[in-house]
Amino acid sequence: MRRNAVAVVGAAETTELGVIPHMSQIQLHADAALNAIKDAGLKLSDIDGIATAVETPQQLAHYLGITPTWVDGTSVGGCSFMLHVRHAAAAIEAGLCKTVLITHAESGKSMIGKLPRSIPADSLQGQFEAPYGVYGPPSMFPIPVLRYMKTHGITHEQIASVAVFQREWAAKNPRAMMKAPITVEDVLNSKMIAYPFRILQCCLVTDGGGALILTSADRAKDFPNKPVYILGTGESVETPMVSQMETFDSSRAFRVAGPTAFQEAGITHKDVDHLMIYDAFAHLPLYGLGDLGFMPHEETGKFIADGNTRPGGKLPMNTNGGGLSYMHSGMYGMYALQESVRQMRGIAPAQVKDAKISVCHGVGGMFAASGTVIFTNEK
Amino acid sequence: MAEPARARPKPTPETQHYWDGAKTGELRLQRCDDCSHVYFPPRPFCSKCASRNVSVFKASGKGFLYSYVINHRPAAPGFTPPYAIAVVELDEGPRLMSNIIDCEQTPEALELDMKLEVAFQKVDDTLTLPVFRPAKG
Ligand SMILES: [Zn+2]
Repeated sequence: MRRNAVAVVGAAETTELGVIPHMSQIQLHADAALNAIKDAGLKLSDIDGIATAVETPQQLAHYLGITPTWVDGTSVGGCSFMLHVRHAAAAIEAGLCKTVLITHAESGKSMIGKLPRSIPADSLQGQFEAPYGVYGPPSMFPIPVLRYMKTHGITHEQIASVAVFQREWAAKNPRAMMKAPITVEDVLNSKMIAYPFRILQCCLVTDGGGALILTSADRAKDFPNKPVYILGTGESVETPMVSQMETFDSSRAFRVAGPTAFQEAGITHKDVDHLMIYDAFAHLPLYGLGDLGFMPHEETGKFIADGNTRPGGKLPMNTNGGGLSYMHSGMYGMYALQESVRQMRGIAPAQVKDAKISVCHGVGGMFAASGTVIFTNEK
Repeated sequence: MAEPARARPKPTPETQHYWDGAKTGELRLQRCDDCSHVYFPPRPFCSKCASRNVSVFKASGKGFLYSYVINHRPAAPGFTPPYAIAVVELDEGPRLMSNIIDCEQTPEALELDMKLEVAFQKVDDTLTLPVFRPAKG
């Protein structure tokens, strides 16, 4: 893919975030979509490409009244939207469509019109994981972390500091769900969920959504907002079974998606002004910093605990407050993308001054999938 | 009303040998006859070289504790918290998810890299699950 050939020209979240019991899941998709279309100064009839996850593209097209010439229903968990951005950019470049709408929405808290996500008993997970008492993401996602900590010499306090600094960012964001300051001690004394993780190391469960509109860079300059160009992208999948990851010392899907995006973007880690690493649980930023090549895994815990990613630090990370404190409807990737776009437009509540390059890295499932998008506001 | 039961595996044709083995007290793995790769979960081809020349064999049942969580809440049906959900690395190479029995479900008792051996937990006449316990001696 050519660098900067495609741009984000519309971006918006749902009108409300948090607890939205008066809207069904598909209505949340529409709310986000209409907000993004308005943001881009477009009409619904301008959209000729659509992508979404969990909810099907045919459901979305019908509900919104769109006649697409390109559709993508890639559904690999919370990073599906990073993959949609990558696929949409390629499709626009190939001339398959001109203006793509990507939506996410989930009634994660209120469970209104939410599609069931069950594990069939004759699937590999149903046979070889479910009988041992896994019950939802908190009992699965942290399974690798004790091995990661032992191999790389990471402490409980260092991982707790991830939650502390996410909260500092959230305090600057009026739309964040959780804003009260917390300390490492607070995190380590909070309710135990699945050792070693306590509740303050687990993401929120809320309702909400978001949408993006992409078009070619040539057209982007005619839109009302500052275009945010796509500089590089990467994607991969590993396994839906957390027990079958190649190693717990790192994520193979991260190691493929992240460096692919850096290579495509033609940038080095020193060029990165702003970083989003999908923090469904507090260990993910450590895996991300290591697997994206910012530093060896041995240094990730100290790097965060020393304050490098907090407000005022040299590598501002998860500046919306993250999945731990901003919001998390079940699939957080869209919210990370929204924050990268806001930062590149220069309109984020906790704006990083003069930021020109934003790296947005996502995870899907329990380390099952990964997508990375690198944005810039300079052509 | 009966308590909701623990999730049961439903075998498929290519995994049936594993569950049949568990019923007779054998932990069964598969090995590629062409490249010797030992793999899990069961499938009728080698995930390394794509050969369909594969054999089932009885594993040693020995391994070590690779990683785990201790689930406190919410508990899966059929489980009483706190209980460890563990990943065991077998001497033959593959890893599998399991539970650790005959051991306190605490961070102090569950030491990473501790030696483990397979045990078989009979759920009922049609289902036996491989689990692990601290190795003796
Ligand atoms: Zn082979």
